[in-house]
Amino acid sequence: GLFVWRLKGAGTRHIPCHLVHLCRAANHRLITFQYFNFLKRMYVTQCNKDLSQRAKPKSDPVVSPFHELQQLDQEKKVIHKISPVSPVHHPRPETSGRNELGEGKSPAESEASATAARAEPREDRQWKEMKLRLDELPGILARLSKIKLTALVVSTASAGFAMAPVPFDLPCFLLASLGTGLASCAANSINQFFEVPFDSNMNRTKNRPLVRGQISPLLAVCFAASCGVPGIALLTLGVNPLTGALGAFNIFLYTCCYTPMKRMSIANTWVGAVVGAIPPVMGWTAATGSLDAGALLLGGILYSWQFPHFNALSWGLREDYSRGGYCMMSVTHPGLCRRVALRHCLALIGLSVVAPVLDVTTWTFPLISLPINLYISYLGFRFYRDADRSSSRKLFFCSLWHLPMLLLVMFTCKKSVLDKEDKGDLLGKGESRGRAMEIRLP
Amino acid sequence: PPAHSHNDWIGPPDKHSNLRPVIFYVPPEESPLERRLREARQEAQACNQRFWARHNCAFQQEKEEFIYSRLKAKGLEMRDGTGQKATLNAEEMAEFYKDFLSKNFRKHMQYNRDWYKRNFTITFLMGQVALARALRWLRWKKKNVE
Repeated sequence: GLFVWRLKGAGTRHIPCHLVHLCRAANHRLITFQYFNFLKRMYVTQCNKDLSQRAKPKSDPVVSPFHELQQLDQEKKVIHKISPVSPVHHPRPETSGRNELGEGKSPAESEASATAARAEPREDRQWKEMKLRLDELPGILARLSKIKLTALVVSTASAGFAMAPVPFDLPCFLLASLGTGLASCAANSINQFFEVPFDSNMNRTKNRPLVRGQISPLLAVCFAASCGVPGIALLTLGVNPLTGALGAFNIFLYTCCYTPMKRMSIANTWVGAVVGAIPPVMGWTAATGSLDAGALLLGGILYSWQFPHFNALSWGLREDYSRGGYCMMSVTHPGLCRRVALRHCLALIGLSVVAPVLDVTTWTFPLISLPINLYISYLGFRFYRDADRSSSRKLFFCSLWHLPMLLLVMFTCKKSVLDKEDKGDLLGKGESRGRAMEIRLP
Repeated sequence: PPAHSHNDWIGPPDKHSNLRPVIFYVPPEESPLERRLREARQEAQACNQRFWARHNCAFQQEKEEFIYSRLKAKGLEMRDGTGQKATLNAEEMAEFYKDFLSKNFRKHMQYNRDWYKRNFTITFLMGQVALARALRWLRWKKKNVE
């Protein structure tokens, strides 16, 4: 069936689209890295509004997979070279039968390998031993937990924390961020655990650790448990039970609802949007301890954002989705896909207006955010009308900078706690506006 | 894979199924539990391989047929004057993708159920084997200490 979700401050929560979307942004790894970098700067130095990150040169995420392959190839070459040398060295205490076999074979093997190495070098080199190497483990676990996506999830949770109308509490903030990060790692690992054969078949995901056999499924599950349990415990005991419950619910929603649903019905996109909206709500509840309208608003903004972001991205991946058996709107209901994207771009404008009504921000927020919201809505409209690759790409790339900008503007327009106390005071209002202006100046 | 290795070996992705084949190591004193695990993994691998190879080949074939029939309807040849392969644009292909997905929906549902069951079983067996090995090692350690 088709689901239409109305978002005007309704009690829907949105999970950081990044959980969903960056997973899908295979070909846009460069951009996601830039995006991540941009976000990092945003949350470390709140005053810096420099947006010239696109000029950043190609960096690690694109280089490292090739690096790894090269390293492994070199390892293989070393293995081939070692065999001629082994008769000279003292044989290691393996089972005697095997050793003799190894010894007897190695001189012949070395000659054979020398010639065969030229004949089938690539084939041989591509066979890897399924042994867990401890020095590779951090990298493997980082990829298993989709560390960049996790970092973005934690950023949106921090945004939720920052927007909460309470004095900033650093220990609570750190605990909430850590707990959210661990929960996200756990959820992502389980997702990869479920999707091995499908990931193998899609270009974007075929280099994941479980697909490449770098780690066993058992270890992946143990890792997920060892992240998830402490993460949720940290949130429940170190922050508050509400945040812990939200975290646990989010993990459940992502792994047990969204992941199987991807192959069953297009409704998965809506579930995924909820998954993306929950972290900022978690950040807010971590700060205040209760589920206010402001939390739901922040969740609502992220929920709405998911749709233009993901629908635009999925437009270019239709072949892979079709072959892989994924039920996505872009494949089965293309008209709906574009309509929903446009609808939610417009909803973002509406939600920005609701923010000052709920006392989350001052009235400068809808005014300042109007240009970027209008721009993304315009691109959403172009996508709706043209339905081609270029408009989908434009919308997708716009969504990448639109969200950090929006959250940044929201933070600078945040209604100060002091202002709330003397709300009726005109002077207070003037001060807040003045303060917002001060923060905006570079 | 070398004969002296004690581990499984994983190879490059298969041309048709895109899955990486695994050559399983059979230890000389393999317990019944370990054998069950290995056989489950081999069976899952074979099943996956069969499914995806057939599925991907069907996709390629149907895609070619679709392109051919559409080009023919438009009065074009498969290869144009310069010898380049003629292709349809994304919107025309979208129809094919939608059709292909809905045609194979039931097949995918069946495969999903199958895969999830196998995945859980294999991982659970792995857990049991790991536990058994750990207990064995502890017992051996205790014996050595005494």
